[in-house]
This record gives sequence, C-alpha cells and structure tokens, in this order.
Amino acid sequence: MSAPNNVSGRRRPRVSPFVWLRRNLFATPFDAVLTVGLTVLLAWGLWSALQWAVIDATWVGDSRAACEVRDGACWAIVTARWRQVVAGFYPEGHLWRVAAAGICLAMAVSPVVVRKGWSFALAPLGVVGAFAFLGGAGILPRVPTEYWGGVFLNFLIGVSGAVFALPLGILLALGRRSHLPIIKLLTVGFIEIVRGAPLITLLFMASVVLPLFTPTGVSLDKLTRALVVITLFESAYMAESIRGGLQAVPKGQAEAARALGLGPWRTTGLIVLPQALSVAIPAIVNTFIGLFKDTTLVYVIALLDVTGVMRQALADYSWQGLEAEAYVFIALVFWITCFAISRWSARLERTGGRLKEAR
Amino acid sequence: MGEGRRRLQRLTGGWGGLALQVGLVAVLVATAWWMGHNAEVNMQTRGVASGFEFLDRPAGFDITQTLVPYEPTDTHRRVFLVGALNTLLVAALGIAAATGLGLLAGVLRVSRNYLARTAATAYVELARNTPLPVQILVWYNLMLVAPPPKDALGIDGLIFLTNRGLYLPKPVFNAEGGIAFAAAGAAVVVGALLASWLKRRRTFTGHAPSPRWGWALALAGVVAALVATGNPTGFDLPHLEGWGFTGGVSLAPALTALWAALSFYTGGFIAEVVRGGLNAVSPGQGEAARSLGLDEGQALSLVVLPQAMRVIVPPLASQYLNLTKNSSLAVIIGYPDLVAVFAGTSLNQTGQAIETLALVMVFYLVISLSISAFMNWWNSRSAVWAVSR
Repeated sequence: MSAPNNVSGRRRPRVSPFVWLRRNLFATPFDAVLTVGLTVLLAWGLWSALQWAVIDATWVGDSRAACEVRDGACWAIVTARWRQVVAGFYPEGHLWRVAAAGICLAMAVSPVVVRKGWSFALAPLGVVGAFAFLGGAGILPRVPTEYWGGVFLNFLIGVSGAVFALPLGILLALGRRSHLPIIKLLTVGFIEIVRGAPLITLLFMASVVLPLFTPTGVSLDKLTRALVVITLFESAYMAESIRGGLQAVPKGQAEAARALGLGPWRTTGLIVLPQALSVAIPAIVNTFIGLFKDTTLVYVIALLDVTGVMRQALADYSWQGLEAEAYVFIALVFWITCFAISRWSARLERTGGRLKEAR
Repeated sequence: MGEGRRRLQRLTGGWGGLALQVGLVAVLVATAWWMGHNAEVNMQTRGVASGFEFLDRPAGFDITQTLVPYEPTDTHRRVFLVGALNTLLVAALGIAAATGLGLLAGVLRVSRNYLARTAATAYVELARNTPLPVQILVWYNLMLVAPPPKDALGIDGLIFLTNRGLYLPKPVFNAEGGIAFAAAGAAVVVGALLASWLKRRRTFTGHAPSPRWGWALALAGVVAALVATGNPTGFDLPHLEGWGFTGGVSLAPALTALWAALSFYTGGFIAEVVRGGLNAVSPGQGEAARSLGLDEGQALSLVVLPQAMRVIVPPLASQYLNLTKNSSLAVIIGYPDLVAVFAGTSLNQTGQAIETLALVMVFYLVISLSISAFMNWWNSRSAVWAVSR
C-alpha cells in the first residue's frame, strides 16, 4: 500500500529537543495555544481516569457494597466472577479443558506467524482439538455448549470462524475471478448478498430461520448455528480481501506457469495463490479484527460471551449499577487484543508481508 | 474448430468446467428443494402459512418514535415503513456527524502539532479497536446517567441534554412553508446545473465565469424563497415545563446514544480514510502548486484535495454503508429501527421468520447496491479525469 519509509531518499537529520519542541508544539501562535489547551485537557482527563480506574479503585469484594467505601471503580464485579468472565459457566472441575482448548486455539492461529506450508495443517487441527476438549468428544464427560462462555467463547468463535472462513473465502475469490459464467454468477451473488446484510439479521436468521430448514426433530445447538452463520458471513469478506491479493499478482506469473506446462489447478495452487495470500495477509488480518469485535453480537441471540456474562452480572441485584466497570472491562479486553493484532499487521504491511525484515 | 465453438469452449471451460458447473447447480437445486421441503413441513406443524398476506394484518403494537403517523391498528406494512425511515434517520444523522468527526481527526492526525496528532491517534485507536455493541451500551448508559430535566446540561434556550433525551430548537413554518421549500429546492437545482455548466465551459474554453456564481445563485434563491414567504416565522425553543421539556425537536435517549456511538465508531474509520487520502498525494504536488503562484488555500482546494478525493471517496462510501448496516445494532438499546421493529416485534408476532428477514435483507441490499453503483460511477468519472488531463 504505502511506500516504505526510507525509499524517498530524504533522511531526517537528528534534531535537538528544543528544535523538536519548537517544530512540533510551538510552530505558530495558534499551535502554542492548541498545545497549552490540549496539555491541560489531556492531563486532567488522564489524571481523573487514572484516579478512577486505579488509585481509588476497589479490586476485590463480594458485592457492590464492598466498593462503597471508596470513590473509584469497582473491579470486584470482574474479580468476584472471574471464572464466568473467562470461561462462562463451564463446570469448575473441568477448567483445565478450557486451558487445553486455549492452547489448541493458539496452535490454530500459529500458521499466520510461522507461515510454512506444513503449519497450515495446524489450523484445522487446532480448532478440532479445541472443540474436542471442550465438548468431550466421547472420551471426556460431555459439556453441552450452553455452559461455554466468557472471553473464551469470543476467542473460540473468532478463531474457528476465521479458520473455516479462510478456505471458503479462497474458493469464493477464485470463483469470482473464474470465467465459468455460472460459478461467477453464484459467487458474486453470494458475496454481494452477504456483504449487503448486517450481521445481526444473519444471526437472527441463524436463530429463527435455520431451524425451519432442518428436518423436523433434528436441531443444531445455538452455538453451531451461530458459527455456521458467522463463518459464511466472514468468508464473503475474506473473499474480497483475497481478491485484492489475487489482483496484485502480475498476469505474467500465471502465463509463465502455463508455459512451463503446469495445468490450471497447479498454476493456481502453486504459483498464483501463495503470492496472492502473502499480499493479502494484512487485509485478512483486518477482516479478522472486524470479525473478532463482532463476536460480541452473539449475546443478542442469548449466547453467553463476555458481554452476555457481564450483562448477566449487571442484572444481579448485588452488582447493579456497575455498568461503567463492566463495559470498560470488555472494551479493554478487545482493545488490547485488536490493537496488538493491528500493530502487528501494520508492520507486516510496511515490510511487504516479509517477516524477516520486520525483525 | 470454428470461432464460435472456441468461444463456447472458453465460456464453459471444456467438459471439466461444464461438469463442474452442472454438478454445482444440481447440488444447489437439490439442497434448496430439501430445505424448502423441510420448511414447508415445519411451518405446517407450527400452523404458519407462508406468504406475504401478514403485511396487511394489523400490527397491534406501539412504536415509541416514528417519523410518520403510526397507530397500533396500522398494518405490518406500515411497521416496515416506520422502521425503514427510523433506520434512514439515524443513518443520515450518523453519516453527517461521523464525516465531521472523521475529517477533523484525519486532518489532526497529519497535523504539525505533536499533541494534536497524538490525541487524534488515541481517539482513532480507541474507536476502531473496541466493539461497537459495547460502545453503544456505554453511550446509552451515559444518556441514562445524564442529569434530569431540571438540571439539564446545555446552552440556555437552545439545546439541552437530559436523561430523557436531547432537545433542539425547531424552526416553525407558516402556511406557505411548502411553497418556500419547493422554490428553495428549485433554486438549488438550477444553481447546481448552472455551476456544472460553467465548470464545463471553463474546462473546455478557459473563458467562463467562476462556477461559484451558480452556487451563489442557488443560495440567493433559497434566501429569497424564505424571505418572500416570511419563513421560518420563528423557532420553537425547548423549555422546561413541570417535570420535563416541551417544544422543539426531541431525540429519545436511545436515538441520541445510537447516533453518538455510530458517529464515534465510524468517525475513527473515516479519519483513517482521510489520512490515507492526504498521504496518497505526493508532497511535491502542493509544493509545485505553491511555486506556480497559487496561495495555500488554492493549492489545497485545486490541487491537493481533488487528488486526495479520488482515494478518499470509494472507502468513504463503504464506511457510510457500514454505518447504515451497523445502525441495526439499535436492537440492543431498543431504538425502533427496521431490524428491531420488523425483524424483531413483527416477526415474533406473526411467526413469518423467512418473509420478514428476507424483506429486511432486501432493504439493506438495495442500499448496498446503490452505494456500489455510486462508487462505480465515481470511479469511472475519476478515471476519465485522469485520461483527459
């Protein structure tokens, strides 16, 4: 996208702190006024935030009454219910399975960092492993999905949605560029319809329409239905990110591969797609950030993700009125995750997707 | 092999491609038939008749905020209209505010001033990296803890913020208000046409008055239309009466919160779009314009901005589309948008899940396709500019 910083050949000379101040804070009288005004405003804002969130805060307690001694935030709503916050209503003796599933999810996202051919096999393995640990897979005692929840559910939906959506997105992107008319029509139609609809209507669809379409007596659980819809939703966005990558691969690459005697399948799979995906990674990561934030929406169809758990806590008499703490906490969880991912993706973008130079 | 046959083969991709496509269609048709059959059986057991007759049945529920008159005895068709207008209302308000906020933050992000730059960056990172549903809940709770009407925040006599909503002055129009609006609209159209004609003349011949004369004419026309009919006759100002405010325009807490959240969230994305656009224009362009004798303002408006706009407009349009789609999160705080009243209440009352959701999706699809059409039009227009220069 943007040109690397040092290409222009203009090297910035080192400047003394005084010159830096003059240039960046007091260049004109207007700048000076702006600087002074902003300093006062920011200092006041940061100080009151710090006072509320840290200095005057109460960290532990078993109801909001414990927090009434001090003026600041009442983080007890989070700490007293940390187990629900992290893992929902997963049975207490089985929490190690959530930890194991967490390791599986980390394995599932590792291909984005390692990016070797073999590592891509880890992604589906990791997701399957996570579901096996959580659900029991017939070996461990079964824990129905109604008991899954908390921050962990957001990560589970986010990661498995992405892992399933990526291959689907690749197929859709290839279909959209195909010259076979029916395939092109179907993929374009799917992508545009899905991208045109708000996720919430699709989630409603998962909760009220999908049960109509399955045979009487067969019912998928709520989480599976939500996952199917979120995967399909995200695959349409993934397809558009990947299409951008495909467009960036010079036509000569495919032509050269064909000239060397590779067939259309191998040209796409061995030559075009690897290059396209490498270019598309920042876009794919941004799509993922969007999806991860959207996982908070599942509480609308009564799944107990972190938002659902916190809202349940707020409905509890002993924690009523702590909306600020609850929402600031959720925002912080997502902010840390998304900010870290976006920084990392920006670095990939700057280095053209090559990790080596980024180090 | 004839030309036609070769083309046919390319189109069908040979026997392999043909088999793939036919197979795919067969699978899809079979799945659709199977799902349709299931739906038929399931709806029969639930006693729901498929079809759109329910649109003419009375809705039987009230809606708290409507732009057009609505009674509980009105039909579900009317509910759709009310919901769609509410969606468009919050989308329009949100687009206006998000554009302003995004423009400000985007320009500040490339500002010389370090603090302004940092503050803008902090805002952008906060807005973009936290989930919108959480932001909506935060703004809604802020509205609920706003002071009660007797201690309302705001500028006396103009604008008030209370826990019952936001109150703004409302212009009052007399009986000729309609005529004034029609005349003002006509003046704007004529002015715009004149401006575009002058601009074209100027581009081709180099000798024509400035297109600004067209806009001046439009402004003069609007003022004349209002003055001639004596409009607006005054402003209906909100004022405290008893326990609440009367007069003026009132925005319910849910609408105010949704508006604030959508603007705050999308503003962060628009700021990045604006920054990207400004960075995409090489600094040499502005420097060259200055050295040709254009002043700072001219360099910005005639050289830098037109080039930045080419980069800014397509992603901006898709941010507008996202905002409109995101307004469906209204359901979280009970603002009666299309999804909340039609895909929510109407659906629950009639049980017509497939029909209501299909109609709602068509509504959003129409908006989405019109914005795509606009983007394509804009892209082709900018492409023509690039060639003709």
